[in-house]
Amino acid sequence: MAQQETDPETERQTDRSLTMSRAMVEAIAHEMREDEEVFYMGEDVADYGGIFDSTEGLLEEFGCDRIMDVPISETAYLGAAVGAAQAGMRPIAELMFVDFFGVGMDQIYNQMAKNTYMSGGSVSVPMVLTAAVGGTYNDAAQHSQTLYGTFAHLPGMKVVVPSTAYDAKGLMHNAIRDNDPVVYMFHKRLMGIGWLPAPDGPKTPVPEDDYTIPFGSADVKREGADVTVVTLGLHVHRALEAADDLADDGIDAEVVDLRTLVPLDTETVRESVAKTGRLVVVDEDYRSFGVTGEIVARVAEDGLADLEAVERVAVPDVPLPYARPMENEVVPDAEDITSAVRAAHGDE
Amino acid sequence: MYEAMVTARHYEERLQEEYLEGKQPAFDISAGPIPGELHLAAGHEASGAGVCQHLRDDDTVTAPHRPHHIAVAKGVDLKRMTAEIFGRETGLSKGKGGHMHLFDPDVNFACSGIIAEGCPPAVGAGLAAKKRNTDSVAVAFLGEGAIDQGAFLESLNMAAVQDLPVVFVVEDNDWAISMPKERVTDVENGAQRAGGFDLPGTRVDADDAVAVYEAAREAIGRARDRNGPSLLEVQVHRRMGHFMGDPQAYRSDEDEEAAQQRDSIDRLEADLRAHGVDNETVASLRSSAQERVEEAIEWAKEQPEPEPADAHEDVFTNPPSGVTDSEPNAAKTETGGDD
Ligand SMILES: Cc1ncc(C[n+]2csc(CCOP(=O)(O)OP(=O)(O)O)c2C)c(N)n1
Repeated sequence: MAQQETDPETERQTDRSLTMSRAMVEAIAHEMREDEEVFYMGEDVADYGGIFDSTEGLLEEFGCDRIMDVPISETAYLGAAVGAAQAGMRPIAELMFVDFFGVGMDQIYNQMAKNTYMSGGSVSVPMVLTAAVGGTYNDAAQHSQTLYGTFAHLPGMKVVVPSTAYDAKGLMHNAIRDNDPVVYMFHKRLMGIGWLPAPDGPKTPVPEDDYTIPFGSADVKREGADVTVVTLGLHVHRALEAADDLADDGIDAEVVDLRTLVPLDTETVRESVAKTGRLVVVDEDYRSFGVTGEIVARVAEDGLADLEAVERVAVPDVPLPYARPMENEVVPDAEDITSAVRAAHGDE
Repeated sequence: MYEAMVTARHYEERLQEEYLEGKQPAFDISAGPIPGELHLAAGHEASGAGVCQHLRDDDTVTAPHRPHHIAVAKGVDLKRMTAEIFGRETGLSKGKGGHMHLFDPDVNFACSGIIAEGCPPAVGAGLAAKKRNTDSVAVAFLGEGAIDQGAFLESLNMAAVQDLPVVFVVEDNDWAISMPKERVTDVENGAQRAGGFDLPGTRVDADDAVAVYEAAREAIGRARDRNGPSLLEVQVHRRMGHFMGDPQAYRSDEDEEAAQQRDSIDRLEADLRAHGVDNETVASLRSSAQERVEEAIEWAKEQPEPEPADAHEDVFTNPPSGVTDSEPNAAKTETGGDD
């Protein structure tokens, strides 16, 4: 299991629970107070406080020079973040919905992600790119994608996907302090916004002090002996729900939350599979060429002998449909996870 | 034109009611008969109506995320559009698109929810018209918040250098979600963008549908006569939040109030009366618009929902066999459990 950097004591010290968005904002505010070079750029991040509350309240404290609304020009402002980062500042740039990445993708994957390498390591790009991901609210194909795989596939950016307020804060501190570009992808459904109710789970106790969660440390959110469920983001909560149901039938599922895709904590996943022998990977991204395939491949590469069964639960290779029955069909839910775990367990 | 405007307004009032239906008392965006985001265009009617009056079915329109008034004016099938918004099987896109992604090939209407990304396809439609030597034209609608976007600026240039029959219509409602116009551009009006590409740019102020009609006649006529592209910016206003559920905390009461004051429909009605159109005619135009809307909504609500399995269709027109999979998750049991 991955080492937990933060003393579990700290976690217990507080009975203050925060939504995931509050936890993220707290980390950003802290870093902005500590370091003048940190600033935030994006659409509707100032007066609106972020469409998904990702910057709620920051304008009041930091003013519009540091919480900057920008024109709808993803290429320009994402690229400007790259330039400012190369000049030694620590920008955080928000891409409102990850689906809009196409507009500014060159700045993301050819500049932000590659400049360090192309410069032979002489240039660093210490910026954070935040973006909302995920469906489950019927907003159709251009506003519901998860796209973890796309970003993790392209080398040069660290990719972070929190599932709880506690993780969100620790990972955000890390992201801002990191000297490399970090893509921080938060699921809309986890943020705790009024108009998009969150499931139980992402709202957790969060220490007031700053703390970091190292990248590449997956977290076992539930221990179990029979089947390993590897997932991230919203689907950690769906997997936990499934695990509770399965427990009633005597199937003991372990739920591993990856927390970061780059770097990926293969060790924790491998150890879990070595224990259970059965692997189910759950992802809200498209099935082909993505996270599910990657995890299975990594386990197979050096743990083939441990592997008795494999299941993948992901969005089949279709754009996200609008109407509810169809969206429900393609986005994995707890029931889909339950069936996959049963199948892996050899129950059918 | 008046009819298109009142139809659009009434349509959106009814959509608003239906949308809020399942979302009371607590607003949950995914609840109710119309889930997802809903961007209403109350206050934008003059632009859709004034421009589309000059268009034929074979002319192409690309609309942005706030499309209903343009769709209504372009003659998109109202019933099937409504069914789409309600996520029904008989909707324009079989429930796959939703309100931001309306496609009606019968009248060459398409939408995109990504800012300014409808501009390049409009250029493509203009290119096709030119290559085929027809006199059809293409119109790309966008908001004033989109005039900084690369896709728009690149499209202006491409249309200009290729002399394509394209008209870009910027709907200036002063706001891009929470961003007031003056904070995103230093030029006084979006029509000035045209100058940089050496093409004509015109601005129509004050929610004036008649003036929009006149300006659009010139721009579209120019395109149809193969005299090249142009840019038309029209002043509209935003009577509501950016999307349903937008608390608009960033907007002053005075601004909201001012928007309510300058209604293009009232203005056109006054114009009509000044030109001797009597009350009865106005009332009957309104009531026939209401009937049409009511009929469309009633029809849409009776339509069946799509089957879950329909989600797997239409990814390709010519589906490849055995390449990648699109299968229900839970049914995929054959790969596991072989111990
Ligand atoms: C490329 C891209 N960036 C951001 C958004 C999010 N977004 C949707 S509408 C909007 C504001 C658009 O303003 P404007 O073009 O003026 O149109 P209006 O909504 O006022 O009609 C923004 C930022 C998007 N859909 N696409």
